[in-house]
Amino acid sequence: MTWRDTIRTATEAVRTHRLRSALTMLGILIGITAVVLTVGLGAGAKAKVQDQINELGTNVLVVSPGSSTTTSGTRGGFGSASTLTRQDATALSSPVTAPDVQTAAPASTTSAALRAGSTNWTTTLTGTTPAWSEVRSRGVSTGRFITADDEANAAPVVVLGPDTVTQLFGGNPNAVGQTVSYNGVSLQVVGVLDSLSSSENASNNDLAVVPLSAYQQRLVGGANRNSVSSIYVKARSSARLSAAYQEANALLLNTHRVTNPRNADFSIATQQSILQAATSVDNTLTVMLAGIAVIALLVGGIGVMNIMLVSVAERTREIGVRKAVGARPGVIRRQFLVEASVLGLAGGVLGLLAGLLGTVVIPLFSDSRVDLSLIAMVGSLAVAIAVGIAFGVYPASRAARLAPIDALRSE
Amino acid sequence: MSPEAEAATRLAAVPTAAAEPDDPHAAPPVIELVDVGKVYKTGELEVVALHAVSLRIDENELLAITGPSGSGKSTLMHIIGCLDVPTSGVYRLAGHDVQSLDETVLAGVRNLAIGFVFQQFNLLPYLSAWRNIELPLVYSGIPPDERRARARAALERVGLADRADHRPGELSGGQQQRVAIARAVVTEPALVLADEPTGNLDTNSSADVLRLLAELNGEGRTIVIITHERDIAALARRIVTMRDGEIEAAGEPGARPAGDLTMTEPTP
Repeated sequence: MTWRDTIRTATEAVRTHRLRSALTMLGILIGITAVVLTVGLGAGAKAKVQDQINELGTNVLVVSPGSSTTTSGTRGGFGSASTLTRQDATALSSPVTAPDVQTAAPASTTSAALRAGSTNWTTTLTGTTPAWSEVRSRGVSTGRFITADDEANAAPVVVLGPDTVTQLFGGNPNAVGQTVSYNGVSLQVVGVLDSLSSSENASNNDLAVVPLSAYQQRLVGGANRNSVSSIYVKARSSARLSAAYQEANALLLNTHRVTNPRNADFSIATQQSILQAATSVDNTLTVMLAGIAVIALLVGGIGVMNIMLVSVAERTREIGVRKAVGARPGVIRRQFLVEASVLGLAGGVLGLLAGLLGTVVIPLFSDSRVDLSLIAMVGSLAVAIAVGIAFGVYPASRAARLAPIDALRSE
Repeated sequence: MSPEAEAATRLAAVPTAAAEPDDPHAAPPVIELVDVGKVYKTGELEVVALHAVSLRIDENELLAITGPSGSGKSTLMHIIGCLDVPTSGVYRLAGHDVQSLDETVLAGVRNLAIGFVFQQFNLLPYLSAWRNIELPLVYSGIPPDERRARARAALERVGLADRADHRPGELSGGQQQRVAIARAVVTEPALVLADEPTGNLDTNSSADVLRLLAELNGEGRTIVIITHERDIAALARRIVTMRDGEIEAAGEPGARPAGDLTMTEPTP
């Protein structure tokens, strides 16, 4: 019997037993769709976090103040102290003390209600130096960024995020040159930041940047006008990120006169460590989802197994007829192998299509992102076909070994 | 050609090639059973279906095996047709000891040397008539064009050329049995075994089926018919009567003259 005849026989059998074939394929379909979607959702969530971290800027370290300790001995959370200063940032930018640091930008941040004409909009106000643009890898789409002169003169200028411009000025594209006010202080808009199109994080496109000097002297003030809420440090390359970390750590310990590193009044987070913290949560989620998917595949597989066992039992008589007219045991086995493969493959391909459809449809109804995993697709397809074959061929091969008359006598 | 297929072809070739018209007794026996027994084991229970049965069937015989139900006649036919294997004794088919052949070779023998006609027809319900008939040719590796031509020829021969594309469910019992006969002879086997071929048929259809079997015998094929109907058995050239797993009367190989069967044709 040629392969062509075998395939024809198998497809005929699949078409003849429509309901049974449909049920078998449904089991495989559900399993594969579940695997593709759950793994895809997990990968999508991870990639989303990764994107957000990457938007921070590449090769970036973030220095945060340590915790404050009051006279009563109560320890505040990290970041509550005002131990970081703009002098720290200047020292970190020096090629002599920290050769692996390309540049450092101090930043202070607060939530601020800006006003343009009669429009109010609350956004994140950041006071920083011109280096911020380089560290965060953000340019302007129109106008200019904060300059060294602005910083030296505490100039009342502001650079807005693209979403902020939309909120404050509506559709007016000529925001540059307009004025916004904060706490009664007028700020001239000198530039609009370029848009991070891939950003899922609204704060990357909705923000206002002012010179740090203006922030500290004119706008926010506070008890310690010299302190900043964080310092962004950019390493010269990703390979030198760890050297930059060491240098920044040593430098800050030294300037803050801390002898025991365990008492450091600051903390340095790398992109990597932020990423790890964020992705460990997602990894847990992915493992859980994948577990559910594997169970779905298993349940689908058991469905396939049941249907194949029944199918072969029902067709023992057919096997008997085929043997009586001269089908060799190997030919019978091959026929059921191809039949099970056809079912597995058809169900698998339909499952993949349903999974692909899900990746298109799911983001329309939620803010989840689905990233297709080739390994999950190929793996689940292979498992589905293997299940179909194993549970289709095993009983068929038993039936093929029967004496023809025993197969013929079966009802 | 694979060794199995060669073996099968040899078995098929021997009976048709050997006989000289002048001397029919020079032919070696097509079928020779010596003390063949068959015991079915169901758990602890042993059922003896055949005691030591010895039987010789020559080339071109038209033989009826008859006896009451449970006498072992079907078991005997299944062993003769290589659908089942004996538990004791020796069965030689065209001089070959069947027990020494494995299932793969036996499949080839059934394919090329033996044709079966069952009481239940045993057609595949989802294949059309001609597709059922071509099935043995599929398993012997005949190319599609030739298969189609031979299946159509076989259908024509049983008078059902216009029913080629009908499925078994769309045919009457008599028509289904004629399709089954066409399937049995499409590989031109030397031996045709019919197990109660008219058991499920009305009188007219039965006559058609018997006439076809007689024609096949007239072409030189060996025909074995299992029946418990005396009048059908009476038409055969030789009658083997069985009772309780043993042969009661074996008749003489080739004893009766041929030709009686034609008398059963229904008068138009």
